[in-house]
Amino acid sequence: MSAAETLHSSVQTNAPPAISLAGVNKWFGALHVLRDINLDIALGERVVVCGPSGSGKSTMIRCINRLEEHQQGKIIVDGIELSDDLKSLDAIRREVGMVFQSFNLFPHLTILENCTLAPIWVRKMPKKEAEALAMEYLERVRIPEQAAKYPGQLSGGQQQRVAIARALCMKPKIMLFDEPTSALDPEMIKEVLDTMVMLAETGMTMICVTHEMGFARQVADRVVFMDRGEIVETGEPTTLFENPQTERLQLFLSQILRGH
Amino acid sequence: MSITTDSLPVAPRLAPALSVGWLGWVRANLFSSWLNSLVTIALAYFIVKYAIGFVDWAFVNAIWSVPNDAAGRPDTSSCRDNKGLGACWAVINEKHRFMLFGTYPYEQHWRPAVVCVLFVGLFIISAMRRFWRWELALIWAAVLTVIAVLMWGGVLGMPYVPQERWGGLPITLILATFGLAFAFPLAILVALGRRSKLPAIKALCVLYVELIRGVPLISLLFMASVMFPLFLPEGMNIDKLLRAQIAIILFAGAYLAEVVRGGLQALSKGQYEAAEALGLSYWQKTGFIILPQALRLVIPPLVNTFIGFFKDTSLVLIIGIFDLLTAGKTAIIEPMWQGFAVEVYVTIGLIYFVFCFAMSQYSAKLESELNHGRRR
Repeated sequence: MSAAETLHSSVQTNAPPAISLAGVNKWFGALHVLRDINLDIALGERVVVCGPSGSGKSTMIRCINRLEEHQQGKIIVDGIELSDDLKSLDAIRREVGMVFQSFNLFPHLTILENCTLAPIWVRKMPKKEAEALAMEYLERVRIPEQAAKYPGQLSGGQQQRVAIARALCMKPKIMLFDEPTSALDPEMIKEVLDTMVMLAETGMTMICVTHEMGFARQVADRVVFMDRGEIVETGEPTTLFENPQTERLQLFLSQILRGH
Repeated sequence: MSITTDSLPVAPRLAPALSVGWLGWVRANLFSSWLNSLVTIALAYFIVKYAIGFVDWAFVNAIWSVPNDAAGRPDTSSCRDNKGLGACWAVINEKHRFMLFGTYPYEQHWRPAVVCVLFVGLFIISAMRRFWRWELALIWAAVLTVIAVLMWGGVLGMPYVPQERWGGLPITLILATFGLAFAFPLAILVALGRRSKLPAIKALCVLYVELIRGVPLISLLFMASVMFPLFLPEGMNIDKLLRAQIAIILFAGAYLAEVVRGGLQALSKGQYEAAEALGLSYWQKTGFIILPQALRLVIPPLVNTFIGFFKDTSLVLIIGIFDLLTAGKTAIIEPMWQGFAVEVYVTIGLIYFVFCFAMSQYSAKLESELNHGRRR
């Protein structure tokens, strides 16, 4: 607890935030999916975003690397403002890794090729070096022996760990996780969460959309609760979960707990 | 029932003869009910009757060569007497050079013959995946240059042969090979363009595909051969074969583009997003992630279109180009050989079949090889 607090206070410095969303609005047609989102995330901070489905949490983190475009407001990532400028977009995507719900590994490439493709072509890393780096990360997610296989030959949990290694091979400053365990069988959820905990311990800036409250308690510096496109409540996990201030969060927590 | 009988060792027995082996198969598939038996017997009767008839015609009663008459010309009277009973393969024996090479000067026939061999060699090399490197483009350039030199001549002591005298199989292979080799990259660009976010590029690609698909190939060939020269400045003339070639490229490009687009659409959005999230540029994403998967998915319809266009090259006969089919037709124009069209068309059909069947077999092999990683 005290260790977490010191860590937490260590990120409250005057350094500019790693990610800053200010007055962000987004519509899908007539549907207002993000309503005036304001959120600053410091370097090294671990944020868990939760909320009922359709609350806009995935859309929000997908706006951070511009897989979705926001229509109003300002998003600044790593000191660069997201705009239509392709150069700045490339620069941001190089520094932001993303892990998807459905893994999205490239099925026609081996595990090793999945991991080395972007370092070689985006970071212009020599092939040998990229392969060594990829093996290092595959070892860290504990599947180096699968390097020569194709994604289709791996289990869901293994695929998701490869997806994490693939993102890490770009040496990103920020990692986004979009419901990384939602498509997994229960017995595989733990191996992926363990990998993420391990990553959190290295001090990576992480934003994670997830319903895994145990994970949130264990690693999150802050939990953001969203509902109907708005940020309803934010706070440290223990305070937020044990003492919800709004009815909506109370309702959500009771549903989550009933489900478990 | 009792324990003793249960535990007694049972001597191995042969499976009942009527339910396994070929006899079992026949019973289960051909004679499973009285209706099935009836159909089987009726079909077997017709198959045997016509198969025997064909073998008789094609081989047993066939005439393979004919003697020359006093004037030194082939005497086809024996073939005429045999008409309806047996094939007259003598016509192929006599006319195969013209069917294969058209009006190309007779004593220079070795040149188009070498060209055909070069083409087949080029296909075989291109089909092997271990040659799928950028050097393959160099091989193609080199072989196509050699082919051009051989066909035209005019150097190295080979007399010049104008394009009007080319004909037969080399023409078919030239039209099909260049046609597909240029149409395929064009199709990929158009398919990508049709999904572009830039409205001008998208509109241009849609317009191209819809315009070309909306007219028959024949009318496009007519336009290339009759109308196009009218727009050229006085005295300027573009080779007729080249004009037909361009028409075929444009036509095949539009069809292939739609096939490729089908593959692009079949890929999940997640593949695009994952590539983008890794920071890959548009061309890196397209070249490394999207196209390799999309093209694999559409190998069957792609080869289908390839095969279709290989045969469609025969339509150039309407603008007076001597492809394989036209050369065959012209070969039997002499009075003494008139009436032996069936033999000629069977032979030409066989040549087309060999090429098309090779393509379809190769595509099946490629499909199973390339999709090993996707197998679930």
